[in-house]
Amino acid sequence: MLKITAKAQPNELLAKVAELSGQNLFACYQCGTCSASCPFAPEMDLLPDKVIRQITLGMTDPLTSKTIWLCASCYLCVERCPRDIDMAKIMEALRQIHLRKNVDHVKVAQLPEIILEEVPPIALVANFRKNTG
Amino acid sequence: MQIAYYPGCTLKSSAQQYESSALAVLKALEIEPQEMKDWNCCGVVHALASDDIIHHVAPTRVFTQLQQQGSANVVTFCDMCYNSLAQANIFLKQEPQKCETINEFLESEHKYQGQIEILHLLPFLRDKVGFETLKKKVKHPLKGLRLFPYYGCKLLRPREIGIDDAEDPTILADLMHALGAEVIDDPLKIQCCGSHHVVDQQDIVVRQVEKIILRVQERGADAVVLSCPLCMFNFDSKQKQLLAPLPIFYFTQLICIALGLEKEALGLHYHRTNPLPLLQERQFLQVKQENML
Repeated sequence: MLKITAKAQPNELLAKVAELSGQNLFACYQCGTCSASCPFAPEMDLLPDKVIRQITLGMTDPLTSKTIWLCASCYLCVERCPRDIDMAKIMEALRQIHLRKNVDHVKVAQLPEIILEEVPPIALVANFRKNTG
Repeated sequence: MQIAYYPGCTLKSSAQQYESSALAVLKALEIEPQEMKDWNCCGVVHALASDDIIHHVAPTRVFTQLQQQGSANVVTFCDMCYNSLAQANIFLKQEPQKCETINEFLESEHKYQGQIEILHLLPFLRDKVGFETLKKKVKHPLKGLRLFPYYGCKLLRPREIGIDDAEDPTILADLMHALGAEVIDDPLKIQCCGSHHVVDQQDIVVRQVEKIILRVQERGADAVVLSCPLCMFNFDSKQKQLLAPLPIFYFTQLICIALGLEKEALGLHYHRTNPLPLLQERQFLQVKQENML
């Protein structure tokens, strides 16, 4: 539940995301171009523009959303953002905040052997770089 | 012409047909790629967090090795290697302090500062060889073959390292026209294939691949042409539920066919969606199936 009070509260998540991503989240004017461009938006529980809005409002929902793990850093939204916000860096920052608590998103030991044998090494390295700390 | 060549891990494992066909093409063009010595993984994805310096070490080590081996430029065939090397190179130039830290960590003789030029094979063929030159060498034009050129992400984005227009690239289409093929264009050519989700969220890749294949099939495509080994794997292996899956080719395999190069270089037995029926029906390849698969 979102509470907006007259007295400003320190927004720790915003500060951390801004530090790790190097992005000014307040530059976003909520046009939704990122969400319209994202090939994985239909799978997301929180659209990318909403991720930014919720963080600036002091909400921590993005940290537990599926969205941050669906972003493959394909950079289509970054290419199209009229405010030059690097959304891929914001998603990476959110993943890093999660992974640095020593909680991997993919359990490597539990992946089926057939997948490990079949997929190219670039898929494995990319996946583990994005989903493990 | 000699040039240093960085292969990366996937060309030595699941994309061997890409390496063999690309090397055959370069040989036919009298270009001698010299595989660099003592190469390591490129890191695959560019580290995006501002304090994540350790993940820039892998690509930087590749550059210091190249520098020690006296190379001013390097060509790579894999889109993911190209992307991570090219992005790391820009990062090292823009962040001199972090570059210094990495150099100190690597303890190499020559400090690296971003001097090496990173080239993907596609712009190398366009800019250093020329598609017109290639066109003159075509012996068997790919007449009547309707190809959908698929670019994905890594060759185009971020814009700073893109080899072509980020929204409407034409480099693969231009190359296919030079080989005499027809081109089917579609805006989905720049969408992500699902990438590394193939490891733990295959459904997403299947949906993405099926969406793209069904759309270009409706537009009349006979096959897909691409350059990324991960896109190749995803497209080639995730069409199982489709009634009529499309063959997927590396652009280098199609150059081999058009130039009439040795069939062994094609490596068609690595494909999961059999490309032979299409190639034989259109008489681009006259071989017995058992010799190829």
